[in-house]
Amino acid sequence: MLTQSHAEQIFKKIKKFSTVDEIEVIFSSTDFSLTRFANNTIHQNVAEVNEAASIRVAFDGKTARATTNRFDDEGLKRAVQSAESIAKVQEPDPDFLPMAEASGGKGTAGPSRSSDQTAAITPGERADGVGKIVAIAKKNKLVTAGIYSSAQTAEAVINSNGLSVYHRQTSAEVSITMLADSSSGWQKANSPDVRNVDPVRLAEIAAQKARDSRSPQELPPGKYTVILEPAAVLDLVGFMFWDFGGLAILDQRSFLNNRIGTKLFGENITIVDDVAHPFQSNAPFDGEGVHRQRVSLVEKGVIRNIVYARSTAAKMRKSEYKDKVGEIRVTGHGFPLPNEMGEAPTNIVFVTPGKEQTVEQMIAGTERGILITRLWYIREVDPYEKILTGMTRDGTFLVEGGKVKHGLLNFRFNQSLIEMLNSVESIGKAVRASGEEAFDMVVPAMKIRGFNFTEVTKF
Amino acid sequence: MSMKQIANWALNTVTQRGASYADVRIVDHRQRSLATKNGKVGHAGSAETLGIGIRVLVNDAWGFASTDDLSREAVDKAAAQAVEIAKASSRVKEEPVRLAAEPAVKIEWSSPYKIDPFTTSLDQNLDLLTRIDAELLAVKGVTLAESSMQLGRYEQWFYNTDGSDIHQTRVITGAGFCALAFQGTEIMKRSYPNSFGGQHQNRGYELIDELKLLENARRIGEEAVALHKAERCPEGRMNLVLDSSQLGLQIHESIGHPIELDRVLGYEANFAGTSFLTLEKLRTLRYGSDLVNVVADATEQHGPGLGTFAYDDEGVQAQCTPIITKGLFTGYISSRETAHTIGETRSNGTMRAEGWNRIPLVRMTNISILPGDKPLTFDQLIAGTDDGIFMQTNRSWSIDDKRYNFQFGCEIGWEIKGGKLGRMFKNPSYSGITTEFWNSMDAICSRDQWTLWGTPNCGKGQPMQTMGTGHGASPARFRNVKIGTAYKGN
Repeated sequence: MLTQSHAEQIFKKIKKFSTVDEIEVIFSSTDFSLTRFANNTIHQNVAEVNEAASIRVAFDGKTARATTNRFDDEGLKRAVQSAESIAKVQEPDPDFLPMAEASGGKGTAGPSRSSDQTAAITPGERADGVGKIVAIAKKNKLVTAGIYSSAQTAEAVINSNGLSVYHRQTSAEVSITMLADSSSGWQKANSPDVRNVDPVRLAEIAAQKARDSRSPQELPPGKYTVILEPAAVLDLVGFMFWDFGGLAILDQRSFLNNRIGTKLFGENITIVDDVAHPFQSNAPFDGEGVHRQRVSLVEKGVIRNIVYARSTAAKMRKSEYKDKVGEIRVTGHGFPLPNEMGEAPTNIVFVTPGKEQTVEQMIAGTERGILITRLWYIREVDPYEKILTGMTRDGTFLVEGGKVKHGLLNFRFNQSLIEMLNSVESIGKAVRASGEEAFDMVVPAMKIRGFNFTEVTKF
Repeated sequence: MSMKQIANWALNTVTQRGASYADVRIVDHRQRSLATKNGKVGHAGSAETLGIGIRVLVNDAWGFASTDDLSREAVDKAAAQAVEIAKASSRVKEEPVRLAAEPAVKIEWSSPYKIDPFTTSLDQNLDLLTRIDAELLAVKGVTLAESSMQLGRYEQWFYNTDGSDIHQTRVITGAGFCALAFQGTEIMKRSYPNSFGGQHQNRGYELIDELKLLENARRIGEEAVALHKAERCPEGRMNLVLDSSQLGLQIHESIGHPIELDRVLGYEANFAGTSFLTLEKLRTLRYGSDLVNVVADATEQHGPGLGTFAYDDEGVQAQCTPIITKGLFTGYISSRETAHTIGETRSNGTMRAEGWNRIPLVRMTNISILPGDKPLTFDQLIAGTDDGIFMQTNRSWSIDDKRYNFQFGCEIGWEIKGGKLGRMFKNPSYSGITTEFWNSMDAICSRDQWTLWGTPNCGKGQPMQTMGTGHGASPARFRNVKIGTAYKGN
């Protein structure tokens, strides 16, 4: 695994190959393994070792990037030359900023996200874990499919202004689908520390969902009260955070254009971006090496702030929107430059308002509704009203008289996120959740009234 | 050191350690990616990645290890790791892996092109993109103009323990643009020549010249703005005409994915999902109307699609497989491991990997609907339609995990009345059940209207792999389709 001192040595070499004023290198180092199973069999089992240097040059208001995984002199020289040649042909950008200063990378150290136990997982140990999952499937007369992965990663951003930041992390992830003839159940979890991921517990829950949803019945489409488990909440709300960046406002492609400072969601919705939260992951710096700061995005339903990369903050201060977007400050959320997207908050934490309910309590308090485990293939139908479409999957249940009654055929929904976050009747405790449509977040389960299902599929 | 020597280190190591089969892919992938926004450079970069992936069968189970380090020590280490991983795999298995036989081959192949895209100047590339942006921004009401271009060269050396030695190079080019118009409470978008960054093919820079990007920019910008004054697409059962790019995506989602035999067999159940096309449906299911003829064709004869190659990533020659023949479901896409499950003795050659660090999976090649036999232009198709909606260019796409229920939104719609195109509609969408939809197709335009579209962003697998696929299609008409569901209740 790449160390900070090794990255700094390579940076010095790269700098010698360059003929321009400023240079920045993002180093990434990956040691990743994934054991995949289906039909109660490990059918794919892979490992990858890779390191890359992504080199950005800047001069005269021009910038470009070249990425290589060839660390010999020839490979590094070619990448530097490529970046320089792409930059040279550009027109100077009057808004262009010098690279970040060394002080920009400094900030409060976050929690350690590297675990020796996770780093030491062997293929045999992953196979043992899968063996336990398969045993639970067989005990329940089910078939299982899923993954058990482990990884060590390191990343560093080093530039010619003296900035040098480094982050090392481990992660372990388990995702399980249990399949019966007419139904299925699913669970997924990940953590930097493998001791927080329990394949047996996840397998038991997924198996129970598959058993309980057997012989699903059809309910007509329409508006229903739903109880969304955290993974389902995550996959829906994930679609809005790409709009919480300054450049999205300047580009007029955000649903927050003309809405910052307004009460857009219900009183019970408060959201922050906080890389230091103990359930969060990833590096405490952005694509320029700037320290990520905690940002309050939504307070009691009011859109308070958006996040900024350095250049976007400078542009916003000069723009017609400068008095309409809340506080403008460099928050350390920029993507690697040059890019068209600017920035986004990717360490989302829902701050729950107290009186949290468990999913079981939400069920007990529901006269008629639908319990949803997971959503699938979510896409944006309307970018300003934030209407999303998608399907339910792997465990959809009718709730009646405060109890789970039986499984349901899966629905298609077309639902406005704005309306949804105005219709939250109760909220659970925020947990680290993982889905397939959005990045991991700290989100609660939610009970929502009037969720809009438009069609029913055949299973 | 030659690539063959490096591969031999790996093959020797894994054989000595007990592998009954192994293959090695060394990949050198180079890309140039440029994008402009409102006339300024948005993204400008190049990337190259080189490495080796080693796939082994030990104790009838798979292992795979990959590394970016091509030194002898690192390759031997990765090879030994692949064997250890396979041994671990063999501890949890129900059935041994059975590989369909495949003859060893030695071949060199490159995708044809006229202009090597990497010989074009960066000046030339960026100048085109900024001029497109200027055309778009010349339209009052366009609030965001974005253009992009991707150039790629994917070179692969494949060797296996059967003795195959396959060296292939694909040159890939793509470009496109879009205009956004924000007014009031709506953001409207138009893209050209397609969404997903435009058109992409296994071709050289000649593709860019043929796309007539600059010539279409003003019209696209004007349409984006005009959508604000258009009525919302009505809701109900109607006749639907799709342009060829949207039909290409419809094929991708509702034919291409469900015919993947690994999905059918449950290999993808945890992530991408399974398929409604269970094995008993082969040669018994009426997938579509008599006019529906679909092939999976990776051969050069089909065209320069993103799914065109000479050999797949487990050394099987490119083939053309009939998927739907006069409406009858006639074929899956398969691999050496899955072929026997449908009674075949040979894979039909669709295993493809994103790069050196990923294993090959059953992947779409060029999944295309064949054009109609009888001459039928787009104008004639519209002239033969009394009433309905014509939809162009995908905006949103979603389908369930067995590939039954779908919903697509398009960027723009047009009323069809009395055989003529009439009013513009905004926010058009349609939905349905896969087989009901394909059985409602009653007209498809002829070869002169057929385009081989490229979808560069198809995701599948864990870890996720992104793959380019090809989809040839002509405009076609579908009867009595559910229109407008996306906005129902909102």
